[in-house]
Amino acid sequence: MPLDVATFAAAGAAASSLHGSPAETAIFWIFAPVCVLAALGMVFSRNTVHGALFLGTVMLSLAVFYAAQDAPFLAFVQVIVYTGAVMMLFLFVLMLIGVDTRESLVETLRGQRLAAGVAGLGFLLLLFAGIRQASIKSSVGLADANTVKDTQGNVVPGQGNVFAIAKLLFTRYIFAFEVTSALLITAALGAMVLAHRERHEPQRSQQDQMRDRFKIGTHPTPLPGPGVYARHNAVDTPALLPDGTTSELSVPPAIEALRIERGRDPQPAELGRPTVRKGSE
Amino acid sequence: MSPTYYLYLSAILFTIGSLGVLLRRNAIVVFMCVELMLNAANLALVTFSRINGDLNGQIMAFFVMVVAAAEVVVGLAIIVSVYRTRRSASVDDASLLKY
Repeated sequence: MPLDVATFAAAGAAASSLHGSPAETAIFWIFAPVCVLAALGMVFSRNTVHGALFLGTVMLSLAVFYAAQDAPFLAFVQVIVYTGAVMMLFLFVLMLIGVDTRESLVETLRGQRLAAGVAGLGFLLLLFAGIRQASIKSSVGLADANTVKDTQGNVVPGQGNVFAIAKLLFTRYIFAFEVTSALLITAALGAMVLAHRERHEPQRSQQDQMRDRFKIGTHPTPLPGPGVYARHNAVDTPALLPDGTTSELSVPPAIEALRIERGRDPQPAELGRPTVRKGSE
Repeated sequence: MSPTYYLYLSAILFTIGSLGVLLRRNAIVVFMCVELMLNAANLALVTFSRINGDLNGQIMAFFVMVVAAAEVVVGLAIIVSVYRTRRSASVDDASLLKY
């Protein structure tokens, strides 16, 4: 049997929905704290990359909630679009801008944090009161909506949520869908225009770069590598010149200082020439 | 389990996101908090869709995702271009129109 979309959707429909089952309750109470803690972590973490990863956690747990609420299509789109594309873009821009851009802790407006906290708490209480007041007696569930009916009103077997959404999307919402494509193209163009940088000065050729290098008057060629003619090729071992002296240029200044500080300054005689093993000649 | 719990969770996430927008000053973090608010609204939409037994809520959430993706692309491009000229991603520094 070929494994196509229809069989996949049928398998999804066959797996009974979690609607109101203890499994759903368990999933909710496991992932809801994870979700809230990750959201708090995102707001309060100093490191921006950690914040982005926390946001990824929130988005993944939301995908789990979508799957538990009979919305498998949205669960997949959530993982692909949000966790895949959007988080990727966020991390990309973070790396572009520099991860270590520290945020100043000084309050620009006095009492802003306190005011924000009070406003947030008030807003939360307002939302909670609204939800409590709303007369949500029972939920209908999506068992019926997640099916596709033919013209006689019979349920087409094996066509679940994805087909039902496709049917709505390409009939009633077809115009919105088309407009969305225009929006995406506009956004892509806009991003290209915004991120584009004009070159104001002519590009420096290889010749220009070479001229600049010799104009400074310092060492024009690459510096000698450490320990090239010595017995070790460790970074702190200076290279031996053909006349037996050590080349100071071959050791980075910082390592040189460290070496002298630790009293390990090998003498040229100690380094010497490579020992000739018996029988090798 | 009543689906109302999902609405409470959505409210909590939305509030955390708005708190982040108010408290943080790194433009990227502010942007991530806006994304969190959009996600919280999506969760509410999916839950309403389930409560009413109607897929229109899921379609709405789908369109929110598409628009959010477009918004992220343009917003991050703006942040990058602001960072290029001002050498800072802090929303406090972008005050050229002030004086």
